[in-house]
Order: sequence, then structure tokens, then C-alpha cells
Amino acid sequence: MTAVVDLDDLDRALLRALAADGTLSAGELGRRFGLSQPAAWRRVRRLEETGVLAGRRVEVDREKLGFGVTVFLGVRLATKGRVSLEDFERAVQAIPEVQVVQHVLGLFDYRLRVVARDLADFERVLRRRIMTLPGVGSVEANVLLTEERRPGPLGAADSVVKG
Amino acid sequence: MQIDDTDRRILRHWLDEPGQDRAVLADRAGVTPATLWRRIERMKGSGVIRAEGAVIDWRRLGYAVEVSLRFTLDKTEPRAFDQFIAAAREVPEVIGIETFLGRVDVRLNVIARDMGHWTGVYRERILSLPHIAEVEALMLVSTIKDSAGLPL
Repeated sequence: MTAVVDLDDLDRALLRALAADGTLSAGELGRRFGLSQPAAWRRVRRLEETGVLAGRRVEVDREKLGFGVTVFLGVRLATKGRVSLEDFERAVQAIPEVQVVQHVLGLFDYRLRVVARDLADFERVLRRRIMTLPGVGSVEANVLLTEERRPGPLGAADSVVKG
Repeated sequence: MQIDDTDRRILRHWLDEPGQDRAVLADRAGVTPATLWRRIERMKGSGVIRAEGAVIDWRRLGYAVEVSLRFTLDKTEPRAFDQFIAAAREVPEVIGIETFLGRVDVRLNVIARDMGHWTGVYRERILSLPHIAEVEALMLVSTIKDSAGLPL
């Protein structure tokens, strides 16, 4: 069981700012939120030490780098046993075009995020790399058009929904 | 802007491990720290690098449930996409919105504290979003790989 970290409004504001720009220094954060530089630094450090801040992400313009197509695949395995899951996971992780692998419960067994240069390149990856994975049954593809990251439940107006 | 082999090398190593120290990254990419800094600034300036953000671990904040909701929208309504997305942005538990070409129109990534909380969010906030024709849920069991890496 993961210990839950309690946040106050200031922590939430810091998280929102850092999620948008992880390069902000303690001094800049302090000025923005009316904290001294050491106070901002202590708060950020606590968020790092408790694992709430779990590293960095770099967002690039994939199209400018020659990767014009991103596709999400829903994969159903033909056979399901512990061994087949492990074989599939080991092999799928090693494909360089596969950025994300998630084990899910529902209509599919896995969700994959695949990048390719264009649709012809995607077809090559799909045929040569994905369809040849151990245990693959059916595959559904959806081409990504737009994506938007949201700040999540960090705003002042938290959800009013009760469980 | 032209990307050369040095830029590609930097990006390849950086995207594989975004949290790594700049000195380590420079070393791996085979450039001096000054060159690394200059190259990164140039790629930020030209929009190749869009943002460098912190990753939040929602589980640490008590959000143990993550669900991928796949929607088909009612396309007889011309403003269905815009109105659906605008309303989805108002739901705090929605941490990502994606649109697709395919059988699925929109995907929402939704987090909740537990199954009770999830039920509430789903019934009261999600099912009340406009123009839903169909919805399917995929519950996240585990993330095996999560990388922004590109085969550069």
C-alpha cells in the first residue's frame, strides 16, 4: 500500500506550475507564489522525496523530428496465461517504435502507443513487429489526431463527487 | 530548422531518460556541457522541444484508480467534439484528452481515489458529458513501459 501524501493549496499550486515547466527554480517558484526561496526549495524537496514528483518528461514536436504518425493499438492476446503475458510483455517492450505499454482490463489486454514516420512506416511496424509478437490475437488501431494534458485534481475547486 | 546528427543523438539519450543530469547527458551524447546547453536552447527556440515538465505520481496523492475511457460521439451534431471536449476539461479527474481517427473518437484518461470514488465520477461527471453515443472503459492494471523515446 502506497502511503498517501497530504498537500496544502500551496503544494498544489507548486505541482501545477512544475508540471507545466519543470525547469522552474526555487527562486522563481517563490516569487510566483509569495514564498522565500528556501521555503519553496523545502516544499519542492519534500514533493520529490515523497515521490509525488516522479521525474521529468520532455515533450517534443514529433512531426518536426520526422514522426508524423502516432497510433494507439488495443491488443487482445489469443491465449492468456502468466507465461504468455510475460512473453508478450518482454517482446513488446523491446520494439523501439512502441512508446507505451499498458496492461488493461476490459475489451483489450494491452494498450500500446506506437510512433511511425508515416502510415506506410506504421504498416511496416504493425506487420513485421506487432503482428509477429508472441500470443497476439486481434489488434485495433486508432490514429491519434490531438492530445492534451490536463492539470488533474490540483485546482482549488476539487471534485465535489462523493464516493 | 535543420536537425543534425548531434541533435538527434542528444534527443535520443534525453528522451530515453528525461530526468538524467545534464552533465551525464552531455557525456552520453558525446558533447561538451556548453554545446549541450546551446543545442537544447536552439531546439526549444525552434519548437522542436516544446516543454520540459515534472511528472506527478497520482498514486502518491491517493489516486489508485486510472481508467482509459473511449468514446464514440454523436456525429449528427456538428459541434459534438468541441462541446464534449470543453465539458471534459471541467472535470478535475480528467488528466488527459486525446482525439482519434478510427473507431474511437475521443479518449479520456481519468483518475480516482478508489472504486467508490470512481463510480461517483463516472456516473455524475462522465456520463453527463454531451453527445456521447458509446463509451467503453479500459481499467489500467499496470504500466509496463512509458517512454517518450523516438527511434531517431
